[in-house]
Amino acid sequence: MSDAASTEPDLVAELLDGKHRALARVITKIENRSPGYRDIVSRLHAHTGTADVIGITGSPGAGKSTLVDKLAKTYRDRGDTVGVIAVDPSSPYTGGAVLGDRIRMASNVGDMDVFFRSMSARGTLGGLSTATADAVKALDAFGKDTVIIETVGAGQNEVDIVKTADTVCVLVQPGSGDDVQMLKAGILEIGDVFVVNKADMDGAERTVAELEEMIHMRENPAAGLHTGHHGPVDDEEMARVAVDEPDAEAWDPEVVQTVATSGEGVDALIDTLGAHAAWLRESGRIDDKARGRYAEEIRQLVRADTAALLEEVIDARGGIDALADEVLTKETDPYSVADELVAPVRDCVDEELR
Amino acid sequence: MSTQEREEGRQIRCLIAKVGLDGHDRGAHVISRAFRDAGFEVIYSGLHRAPDEIVQAAVQEDVDVLGISILSGAHNTLIPKIVSGLQEYDAFEDTLILVGGIVPDDDREELLDMGVAAVFGPGTPMADTIEFVRENVHDRE
Repeated sequence: MSDAASTEPDLVAELLDGKHRALARVITKIENRSPGYRDIVSRLHAHTGTADVIGITGSPGAGKSTLVDKLAKTYRDRGDTVGVIAVDPSSPYTGGAVLGDRIRMASNVGDMDVFFRSMSARGTLGGLSTATADAVKALDAFGKDTVIIETVGAGQNEVDIVKTADTVCVLVQPGSGDDVQMLKAGILEIGDVFVVNKADMDGAERTVAELEEMIHMRENPAAGLHTGHHGPVDDEEMARVAVDEPDAEAWDPEVVQTVATSGEGVDALIDTLGAHAAWLRESGRIDDKARGRYAEEIRQLVRADTAALLEEVIDARGGIDALADEVLTKETDPYSVADELVAPVRDCVDEELR
Repeated sequence: MSTQEREEGRQIRCLIAKVGLDGHDRGAHVISRAFRDAGFEVIYSGLHRAPDEIVQAAVQEDVDVLGISILSGAHNTLIPKIVSGLQEYDAFEDTLILVGGIVPDDDREELLDMGVAAVFGPGTPMADTIEFVRENVHDRE
């Protein structure tokens, strides 16, 4: 591993050739943003697009890791290869982390066709690491049939997973709040499939009912107003009073019950995840999703690259502290400084486009 | 370490492994926590792992450091299996292998010959272990 220029093409070739070590090393380079990682990811891109990417999110302790273990095992029993990326939080103080999801992967020990990788969030919010999307590409290009992303134990608003996964699976524990929690925006809006895990616990039935009501309201806002006073109202009538035209082709989120510790319900969950993937393909939504994802990715890269260029400009002008001092002493103001710093970029753009 | 460095720089990744039938993992927990506080990313294997599982984890997680905690005295049978497993996946050369626990003096040399970088017995100051990792972790670029 001495000369980066000569080893990296090999790394991509080795990864495509199915070498585990190369896949592991590529993900490390992606995580560290090592020199040459961009070249690696761009070379992998042509080989991506075959894996079903499933995101698993939910509150800490909901059973995500245990469910992922059973999902991976069941996919393997069905003959599919599986890649797993499990993200855990990192310390805001030291950057260190204890990545504990691997302990739960008891059903897949010794099976190298389950490639399990722990990732630290490395300070980012939203439940994913910035490197997660690129790591998914590496697993996809390696030839994994299914890639599962397990997020950091999420609160109400960690919804980044929708940007990376094709199918989002939200885990809910029985008794995790009354029906007002179900009205809140955020994590409950992003699920394509809802899983009530620990379904053998008291209150599971009620949680399922509340989730189903929530989903029904999502697709038909008038449904919640149905109080029973006016007698039974059929679905057709409901649809007529709905604010939005119901989309005949829309995906109806499903609620599935599982007991991850015993594996109960996991087969049904995989069928539901498969149904969603099939719907994405048949309705063409998979391309819409990919298009939106790539658009966002291009924007992010462009922002990061221009920001890096402008950092150079700032350094050339004596550094950010010196500029801030000028503002502090009222010699100038932030807007003028920004105008001045961006001027070279603006000149180039003018030149290029006009 | 600044946020910038942390985001773009090299992050030391460690696997802390309990292998074989020994069920005492207080030491492994303490070292995991200390490594975390030193800014490393630590993957803990859990108890009673087979050598194959440790190899699988070390390869997939692409760790810089493999810390094996053994208090059962079975190091002479378990460590060679791990070493040869890592070799099989080309992961031996650049993984720093540490052994912690109860290892008789006579066995130390043998482990070091096998490719273990250091053996840390009871009473080793945590700071020494962390320092050793920082100084000896293999350069991979």
